Amino acid sequence: MKTQTDLKLRGGALVPATAAHPEHPRNPGMKLDVAMFEGHHVNRAATERRCATLTARRSVKKEHQAAWLVNAVRCVDLTTLAGDDTAGRVKRLCAKARQPIAPHIEAGLGLKPGALTVGAVCVYPTMVPHAVKALDGSNIPVASVATGFPAGLMPLHLRLEEIRWAVAQGAAEIDIVINRELALTGNWQGLHDEISAMREACGDAHMKAILATGELETLNTVYAASMVAMQAGADFIKTSTGKESVNATLPVSLVMIRALRDFGAVTGQMIGFKPAGGMKQAKEALAWQILMKEELGRDWLNPDLFRFGASSMLGDIERQLEHHVTGRYADSSRHALA
Amino acid sequence: MSIQTILETMEYGVAPEDDSHARAWLDAHKDGFGHYINGEMTKPGALFETRDPASDTVLAQVSQGTQGDVDAAVAAARKAQPDWAKLSGHQRAKHLYALARHIQQHSRLLAVLETLDSGKPIRESRDIDIPLVARHFYHHAGWAEILEDEMPGHVAHGVCGQIIPWNFPLLMLAWKIAPALAAGNTVVLKPAEYTPLTALAFAEIAIECGIPKGVINIVTGDGETGAAIVGHEGIDKLAFTGSTEVGRILRERTAGSGKALTLELGGKSPFIVFGDADLDAAVEGVVDAIWFNQGQVCCAGSRILVAESVAGQFETLLRARMKTLRTGDPMDKSTDVGAIVHPVQLSRIRDLVEQGASDGATLHQASAPQGCYFPPTLVTDVEPASILSTEEIFGPVVTLTTFRTPSDAVALANNTRYGLAASIWSENVNLCLDIGAQVKAGIIWINCTNIFDAGAGFGGYRESGFGREGGREGMRAYLRNPAAATGKGKGSTPEPLATGPADTIKSGEIDRTAKLYIGGKQARPDSGYSYQVKGSKAVVGLAGLGNRKDIRNAVEAASKTKGWGKATGHNRAQVLYYIGENLSARAGEFTERLESLGGNRKAAQAEVETAITRCFWYAAQADKFDGAVHSTKSEFVTLAMNEPIGVLGLVAPSAQPLLGAISLVLPAIAMGNSVVLVPSQAHPLAATDLYQVFDTSDLPGGVVNIVTGPRDELAKTLAAHDGVDAIWYFGDHSGCKMVETQSAGNLKQSWTEADDARDWAGRGGQGRLFLERATQVKNIWVPYGV
Repeated sequence: MKTQTDLKLRGGALVPATAAHPEHPRNPGMKLDVAMFEGHHVNRAATERRCATLTARRSVKKEHQAAWLVNAVRCVDLTTLAGDDTAGRVKRLCAKARQPIAPHIEAGLGLKPGALTVGAVCVYPTMVPHAVKALDGSNIPVASVATGFPAGLMPLHLRLEEIRWAVAQGAAEIDIVINRELALTGNWQGLHDEISAMREACGDAHMKAILATGELETLNTVYAASMVAMQAGADFIKTSTGKESVNATLPVSLVMIRALRDFGAVTGQMIGFKPAGGMKQAKEALAWQILMKEELGRDWLNPDLFRFGASSMLGDIERQLEHHVTGRYADSSRHALA
Repeated sequence: MSIQTILETMEYGVAPEDDSHARAWLDAHKDGFGHYINGEMTKPGALFETRDPASDTVLAQVSQGTQGDVDAAVAAARKAQPDWAKLSGHQRAKHLYALARHIQQHSRLLAVLETLDSGKPIRESRDIDIPLVARHFYHHAGWAEILEDEMPGHVAHGVCGQIIPWNFPLLMLAWKIAPALAAGNTVVLKPAEYTPLTALAFAEIAIECGIPKGVINIVTGDGETGAAIVGHEGIDKLAFTGSTEVGRILRERTAGSGKALTLELGGKSPFIVFGDADLDAAVEGVVDAIWFNQGQVCCAGSRILVAESVAGQFETLLRARMKTLRTGDPMDKSTDVGAIVHPVQLSRIRDLVEQGASDGATLHQASAPQGCYFPPTLVTDVEPASILSTEEIFGPVVTLTTFRTPSDAVALANNTRYGLAASIWSENVNLCLDIGAQVKAGIIWINCTNIFDAGAGFGGYRESGFGREGGREGMRAYLRNPAAATGKGKGSTPEPLATGPADTIKSGEIDRTAKLYIGGKQARPDSGYSYQVKGSKAVVGLAGLGNRKDIRNAVEAASKTKGWGKATGHNRAQVLYYIGENLSARAGEFTERLESLGGNRKAAQAEVETAITRCFWYAAQADKFDGAVHSTKSEFVTLAMNEPIGVLGLVAPSAQPLLGAISLVLPAIAMGNSVVLVPSQAHPLAATDLYQVFDTSDLPGGVVNIVTGPRDELAKTLAAHDGVDAIWYFGDHSGCKMVETQSAGNLKQSWTEADDARDWAGRGGQGRLFLERATQVKNIWVPYGV
């Protein structure tokens, strides 16, 4: 009986990795290659079915659930992106970022005091200096949105200048928004040129490309835009600004991470993924992590390859973790505000 | 395990479903289960064990149903049936509604029991099986309510015997009991011996709901108990879901018994992936197709056919996906593939796979624990002749074969004895619908697979059985229309044939020879003999003595007429109108012919006139007897299409030789079938006169073929012919039995009746029933979304 168990790459697909990768080089980008996405079909109904059953196929309970929620905290980009942001508001957010769950919960989970932080703090460019100051010594990176967030319709040179300014203020990560017009009109070369320029402007700062998938609407366009952003050098691809009427959904995420997998199969690059906007509950944190683990493997549960763009979700996670530790359901009034 | 450790591995851990409530219920029955007969649980009889295949432990002791138990159950059902049928639709609906509600209220108990007893993952029993069970009862509560309005004139068969398999124990019970009860039947049901527990829990739920006693009877046991039901004289209709092998035995055993029969049998369904498909979606489709319920699914997509252009990429993706499948404890919420139902089934799967591998196939297997488990298996390097390509494995084993072109894909897809389901993957809707039309299967899933709903019909073509479950077409299987068939009838047995020369035959000036009609041409009988056709006084002519070779030639001619089935209803209507027109032009000639055969002039005229009317009626129906769009799941269009069956053998009644023949031929060809007609043995000349009408009416050659001769001998050849897809026989009782017995060979649909059981000149000789018999419903599921 011939039995083959080891799997080799044959076509364009990447076999999900199971072991953790300690390091991976940044994505240098490549020339536009439309063959990598033109003719690629995404079936909406099948994508939705996969997502609907995926989270019912896997269940994490008890200490495993607690661990998975702790892991979600590690991956949160704790975010404030509002017109009424102030230095004080940002300072409060950063305090929560340093101590995302209360010390007694941390202790109850057997975690080293102060070791657990969120993945990053994400703010508007003018708030970067306040965040950098508030996070001094914490090793928590500051992420800044840029490029005329959220619509991205400023002149290109101003958008690039905004990136450079935010980086100069100390932002280690830049969340750019793509020009939706270029995607919707199929001007892939134009989109590639713009994002490449943004990547250059980022310098050493990592670049997350926000696709604003709620405005791209079709999954085929989402796949194509994901591929162009990665070809242009994005370190992360991100679903949404949080300002669209439809933000992160599992089906859109599935399409994006399959694009990310396909890009990796061709280039060998490991690209990160960040769903953002609309996620409020701890069980959503589990759902997205299950999605990442099932489709991409263990590596994509680390903050260097996976982030949640969320703020209120952290509060629900903290309550669930307190329940795990104490056996009682906690009220949010007992936890520190973000 | 510490949180810190889990953070390193990010394993899922275990997530066992709590089985304490189900165990408590089993504990309460630790002395053994009886049957559910006449509204109560009987005392346990001779007991046998039912086991949990995952842990190899005994769950409960259940009773082996005896002939006496079956007798008691049938008697209870018989006694209860008239009152049950007499209830208003609304009252029956209330009972079915109560069952649906109580199933939901006990849903987790039922799900856990199902998983314990069958080994299927709790996710499936919880999220798929039990919700579908409740949906089925709700749907059919609705049918009970509106039946009188929707299907006027139809009545229940009476007592239904129902035998169900172990792969979806409670769901198959629901598929059987819900429509039967809605229609006003009462039932005697036997669950599979491996998985009786949910049926017994259902019996308690029926008691809790106050279902009138005797309406539902459940007898547990093995094949012997099943045989007692099959052979029971008190049963009016049998419904069976299970293997083709057992289905064939059932067909033979019930032959000539007059029992209505529907069979849901095996499959070897193709799963066709085109180059422009969403390959990731198709890979996930394979998971849903063959690694659902351990592949123990009759409609499982077990033969992947993939376009050569994407085969490498598809296989890589599929094998990567296999690595994340979790095979193991069915009670763990994170299990994808559970235990095989029974060690016997496991060894069957192993034997088949080993045989396939020793013939050169390559196996790619995921991991599986020790015990009653079989690893998810992909088989490559497999040829169409391999046992793994032809046999229904009923396990988590799928073959992968490549094709070059769409027509190549269709040829491979249809290269099977079965015809239950097919799954087609492409983003091109034109391609999907084209292939969907060409694949011979009762269910077509486009860009999806294993999607079920009570509102759509489920059932197969070919050796996958006949009859539909679910939807309007499923309800029809539990009803009959007594107005159409006037009584049982005695049936006529023709006199022996005389082949020697007769006395002087009176005729016109030039002698006319009635030949056979095959492939649009007149043909002399292979035998070289003719037989005498007697009128009221003397021999009026000679007819060809057809034999099995003539039938063979006629079937071959009929099977070559591919275009007729694809012609529009309008085009077929034009031909039928034209037949009516030409028949009318020759009305005098036909009247004389009928008169010469012994009828009086008035009767002969009426027969011809009715035949002409019938041409118009079926011409009118040709473009109107269309399908439906079922209301099923959101974002699905579910098309129920009436498709021709293929080649029909038609054995016409003896009396009214013109009208009898035309009453069978017209509905068959109106729906796009081609036919081999065996006209009245005694009076075939009225039918052979028809071929000149056909020749002048633009009817393509081969659509109607006529073979005259010894009725039952020719009928036997037709019934035993694997190239004949259905047979209608109107003759005598021994002929009915013979035809049904012979039909078991390829499990062709058969419609047999005493030829004097209906009024051929009246409503009994024409109607929707004939059109339903001339078609089979193909349900095509088309999901949508941008």
